[in-house]
This record gives sequence, structure tokens and C-alpha cells, in this order.
Amino acid sequence: MIAADLLVAQNVGFGIISLLMIVGALRVVTVNNVVHAALWLVIVLSGAAAQYLLLSAEFVAITQVLVYVGAVMVLFLFGTMLTRARIGAESDLNNKNWALGIPVALLMLGVMSYVIIDGFGDERLIENPGEMTPIPVQVISDDIFGPYLLPFWALSFVLLVAVIGAIVLARKD
Amino acid sequence: MLTTQFLLLGAVLFCIGVYGVLARKNAVMVLMSIELILNSVNINLLAFSVRHGSVDGNTFALYIIAIAAAEVGVGLAMVLLIYRNRRTIALDDLSEMKG
Repeated sequence: MIAADLLVAQNVGFGIISLLMIVGALRVVTVNNVVHAALWLVIVLSGAAAQYLLLSAEFVAITQVLVYVGAVMVLFLFGTMLTRARIGAESDLNNKNWALGIPVALLMLGVMSYVIIDGFGDERLIENPGEMTPIPVQVISDDIFGPYLLPFWALSFVLLVAVIGAIVLARKD
Repeated sequence: MLTTQFLLLGAVLFCIGVYGVLARKNAVMVLMSIELILNSVNINLLAFSVRHGSVDGNTFALYIIAIAAAEVGVGLAMVLLIYRNRRTIALDDLSEMKG
């Protein structure tokens, strides 16, 4: 049953994209150059957008490209350039206890994988993948401005406070 | 497509992000690792959205993207402030609040 699933084109796409994402994520946390790490992060974020498309979430995928790949990456590159004189590789990006992170991450990965595989096994995401239709933006907006209106308001305040806070923090005087 | 494959991808990205947060000293790199963690959560939310045939996962993913943008804005402003006051953004050097 799993072998038959692997033949579906969606699964091939998923495999290629997730391989790219995992390699990119590993490079983000291991590379010795902040600008290169930001560029590897672009690959991971674009891969995530592609995965959202596979999950038929078009609006979220486009928002991901606009907000993350567009705005957040520019912020990161500005932050990098404003906080350091040199752009090249440097050796002291890691803690002195950086090796402790490996067992912690592997332990978490082991526990999470065990729980996920134990809980979901080879259950299909959707019985008939051909029935997956893109979610219209109208449905999402009905959801945002209907049952989730209060979180939306809270989110607007969070954004306002974040903008004001960023200006106050970064102001020179 | 199986549910497990998306959840496992999310778990792998999450753990790589946790490793980055623990191992990196540079504040900008820590913020990048946090972005990895937030993205892995988004993948999980959208997978469950498809699995339950509901739009709520999409809504939450959009909210998380907005929160992440706010977090990066404030985080980088703080990093700039720290850099202006101390000429370094190494997190190991910020130890005033250590007990």
C-alpha cells in the first residue's frame, strides 16, 4: 500500500521538496556565514510554500512568499548588514557548548517521530487525493472575519505594538 | 499522501530549529532558527487542515505568519539596540540577568 502511494506524482514532489528543505535547514544552522545562512533560509521558506501548494492551501503559500521570502528576508539581510562590519565567513557563530544541542535535538526528534508514527501509522491524509481542491480565499476570509474575528483584532494590536516598539527601540537619541 | 510524511517533515524542521537556537551564539542566527520552528508548525497546521477537511488550519497558519513578521521586526530592533550599546550581538556576553 505504501509502495503504491509512492508512485503518485504528489509524493515524488513531496520527496524532492522536503529533501531540499531539510538540506537547506541543516545548512542554515551549520554554515559559518550569516548572509549564506539567510540565503539557505530562502530555500527552506520557498520549499515550505511549495508544500503548502501540495496541501492545496494557495492563499497561505502566496502569503508565505510575500511575507517571508519578501519582507522577512529583507529584514534579516538589513539586520545582518547593520550589526556587523564584515560580511564574510566567521568562526565564532556557535556557542562553546554547541555540541549539547545535537543530543537534545536528536532526542526530541526520536520522541516526536515515535509519537507521530505510533499515532498516525500509514493513515492517508485524504482518502482520494484527486478530490483535493484549492481552498478559495472567500472561505478563508469567512473564517477569519467570522469565528476568528477576536484573534484577528488581537493580532492587529500585536502588529501595531510591534511596529511602535520597533521604532522606539531602534530610534537614535 | 500520508499524514505521517508531513508531520515527520515538520518534526525534522522543528528539531533542526531547536538545535539552531541552542547552538548559535549570534542573535540574528537564533532568530533565523526560530523562523524554522514557526514554519514547521505551519506545515503541521495545514496538514491537519486537509486531514479534517476544515479551513481553520489555514486561518491559524496566516495568523502565525503575521505573528512571525511582528516577532522578527521587534527582535531585529532589539538586536540593533544591543549592537549599538555593546558593539557585539553574541548572546553569551549578555549575562547581567544571570543569577
